[in-house]
Amino acid sequence: MNSIVNQFISAFSASDIPGGYFTLFATIVIISGLAVFGVMAVTALVAVYFERKVSAFMQDRIGPMEVGIFGFKGGKKFWGGIGQTIADALKLLTKEDIIPRLADRKLMMLAPFIIFGGAFITFVGVPFSEGIVISDFNIGLFYIMAASSIGVIGVILAGWSSNNKWSLYGGMRSAAQIISYEIPIALSLILVVIVVGSLRMTDIVVWQADHRWFIFHSPFAFLAFFIYFISAVAETNRTPFDIPEAESELVAGWMTEYSGFRWAVFFLSEYANMLIVSIVASVVFLGGWLSPFQMFDFGLFPESWMLLDGPIWGLFWIVVKAMILIFVMMWFRWTFPRLRVDQLMTVCWKYLIPFALANVILVSIWELIF
Amino acid sequence: MKFKEIIKLLEIRCPGGSAPIEEREAVLVQPDKWLEIAQILKDDPDLTLDSLMCLSGYDKGDGENLGVAYNFHSMSKLHKLEIRIEVSIENPIIPSISQIWKTADWHEREAYDMIGIQFDGHPNLQRMLLPDDWVGHPLRKDYETPESYHDLTIPKDKTYWE
Amino acid sequence: MSEVIKEFGAVSAEEMSINMGPQHPSTHGVLRLKIQTDGEIISKIEPVIGYLHRCFEKHCENLTYEQIIPFTDRCDYIAAMHMNHAYVLGVEKLMEIEIPERVEYIRVIVGELQRIASHLLALGTFGLDLGAITPFTWMFRDRERILDLFESLCGARLLYNYIWVGGISHDLPKDFIKRTKEFVDYFEPQIDEYNGLLTENKIFIERTADVGVIPPEVAINFGLTGPQLRGSGVNWDLRKNEPYSVYDKFDFDVAVGDGRMGTVGDCWDRYYVKVIEMWESIKILRQALANIPDGDVKEGIPKKIRPAAGEVYSRFESARGEVGYYIMSNGKPKPFRVKMRSPAFCNLSIISEIGEGWMISDVVAILGSLDIVLGEIDR
Repeated sequence: MNSIVNQFISAFSASDIPGGYFTLFATIVIISGLAVFGVMAVTALVAVYFERKVSAFMQDRIGPMEVGIFGFKGGKKFWGGIGQTIADALKLLTKEDIIPRLADRKLMMLAPFIIFGGAFITFVGVPFSEGIVISDFNIGLFYIMAASSIGVIGVILAGWSSNNKWSLYGGMRSAAQIISYEIPIALSLILVVIVVGSLRMTDIVVWQADHRWFIFHSPFAFLAFFIYFISAVAETNRTPFDIPEAESELVAGWMTEYSGFRWAVFFLSEYANMLIVSIVASVVFLGGWLSPFQMFDFGLFPESWMLLDGPIWGLFWIVVKAMILIFVMMWFRWTFPRLRVDQLMTVCWKYLIPFALANVILVSIWELIF
Repeated sequence: MKFKEIIKLLEIRCPGGSAPIEEREAVLVQPDKWLEIAQILKDDPDLTLDSLMCLSGYDKGDGENLGVAYNFHSMSKLHKLEIRIEVSIENPIIPSISQIWKTADWHEREAYDMIGIQFDGHPNLQRMLLPDDWVGHPLRKDYETPESYHDLTIPKDKTYWE
Repeated sequence: MSEVIKEFGAVSAEEMSINMGPQHPSTHGVLRLKIQTDGEIISKIEPVIGYLHRCFEKHCENLTYEQIIPFTDRCDYIAAMHMNHAYVLGVEKLMEIEIPERVEYIRVIVGELQRIASHLLALGTFGLDLGAITPFTWMFRDRERILDLFESLCGARLLYNYIWVGGISHDLPKDFIKRTKEFVDYFEPQIDEYNGLLTENKIFIERTADVGVIPPEVAINFGLTGPQLRGSGVNWDLRKNEPYSVYDKFDFDVAVGDGRMGTVGDCWDRYYVKVIEMWESIKILRQALANIPDGDVKEGIPKKIRPAAGEVYSRFESARGEVGYYIMSNGKPKPFRVKMRSPAFCNLSIISEIGEGWMISDVVAILGSLDIVLGEIDR
């Protein structure tokens, strides 16, 4: 199959490089690790800038619109505010890293990296375009689901080890929330597995290229997309489901005692998680790297370049689709108040899960009939 | 209800408990009759003074008496009444009315804090605004500013703010 | 007891006691709540105040009557004009001064502008307490315009020292009336925007309706005043019921909570009463701006402020409720005793009565809807 790991393996087997499998293994780990880290860092930078801009447009904020950089005045120009993002990153990296005296030192230092690690290894299975994926597993979707749940261990650790009651509340709320919302996510992703018959991300997109985008597969798939998206917002702890870090109730939830670099790692993971859920949504429901013009392909334009298709355009389309979803998440954040804990659970257990379950059954019947 | 009628009513319901202060339109109440009168003020269908607007403790300044002024108001009957109670500075005990008007709860704590009036029967008579370990009651006229508080020296020189 | 505790009452764990404050994002200042929690549910609340105590009443006994006015600013720094006016009203009542009509009109205009500014801050931070950030920035944007108006009026943006005994410190600047009219025209449609963004938001309604219900009798018994009392369905506004200044000349309605989204007296009602009050303030502003008479604003200021011996209790409807001043004079230039009846002090005292049995998030909402200012509570 066509993936970065496979490319390496085939390149190695063609030539005879000393060191054998160890070199192969080390090269793959280092190169793909750096690539993933680069993607995460760039995502965080771009997403923070993006979020500042979105909030500035919605809230009449001045900083993200006006701040210039290197002597260039900001004003209403597109680079206005980029200086603030850079200053913010520098601030986070140079701030004092405080660990309270009574905190559980080791666990508290470990927790951010578990969360980060969860997001990091999830990227192994996330495709960015046709062939641009670290490894295209045959259980890709399952792997992403499983690996993205690791983060919650870090959240509970962070909440517990800070030795702060507000942090503990945040950690406990987060555990309850993320574990609950995993169920509707899994149930709505199962739909595509039932229809396509494969967990491999490439197969899912190939099916959509042959048929149509999965969101238009049936009314149930349409509903499943929204169930998935709402749950994904909850899974990434974004408003209106940000009760684990509710700043007006729990100060900052499980992040209360963190500062400086460790806090920046949380920040990085949050935006990485947003990217992951958005890419999964666009791969599974919105045709992945397929051009949207493909839907209007009635044979008028036979060449594929007219449809802006192909691996490079595929990267463009998947990023655009993910960005639109991320924009919607930001839109939520700057529009909605926050739900209460019990309301959050009500939404999950009384509305999303029954609908998702019904969806699974109905889509199976749909597949039998059509 | 006019002030004169209120006085008459109080005289009938609780004889000897109250004396009018005409120029202020206020009623001076004996501390030992206060709970009884308070209940009348609240419950009497003609009075129904259901709202306690203000409770101000004060030091009369003669070194003998402390006092409390209660300003009542009736939401339904739209009349007002001021009650005064004065007690000696050696034994400043007034029955608490915090069970009748809940507003009085915090106000009585504040009056205790600032003036040092003991409200008998108050559920939680602790200092309100000042720290728990503060000594003295600052709004008494004979109050002397302490020289220090927890190793913090309090400056005697007041020229900078006067 | 709340619905929540009924539903989950069977499950109980070891109780945890937490300090909410003095440093906490949603206590609106240095308020400390000692809370006992059973999981998310709060079983006991004990407010601890006094962290911002600045001996206002002790200061008053050592200052002359006019020197006290800047100190009143610092009591309720969100609505400093109201504090000035409330105190000045007490002294004027004690001295029985006649006030020129233009002064009264100006006082009403700045008072109503201040009411809008204060309500904007209260509503914005209430939204912030519930996690909605955008309404807060929008409301601050509009509050800024009012502060600009005040700046042109007296040079200060927060603590004005504007209303003096018998008069005001400066007459209106030349274009003030025009600018205020422009502001009023600009601001009225803005309220609809807030309603669209926050008031009618489903999540907002879920979070506030039926939460922290204060029945009218309880509200009166606890001495609640202002929008908090009217939110419980009590039609009581000192501007209407005991008109001071020239409020009897204006046509406006008293906003009363009607339980539109839930029960009368819930957080949503207390919120919405403030929204309606902004509309009513605009009504008053339009009438006052149209009818303001000419005259000298300083002719009423007495040369020497030395009230005769006596006592007075004056009441004023501030943005937070009834500000009362109990002033005792012994005929000297300094007051004998000044007691300030602080509305937020009384409003806060109800928190342990209605907050127990709710969740932490609800207590944050209740606290936000009570609209407290710690400067005024601690004095």
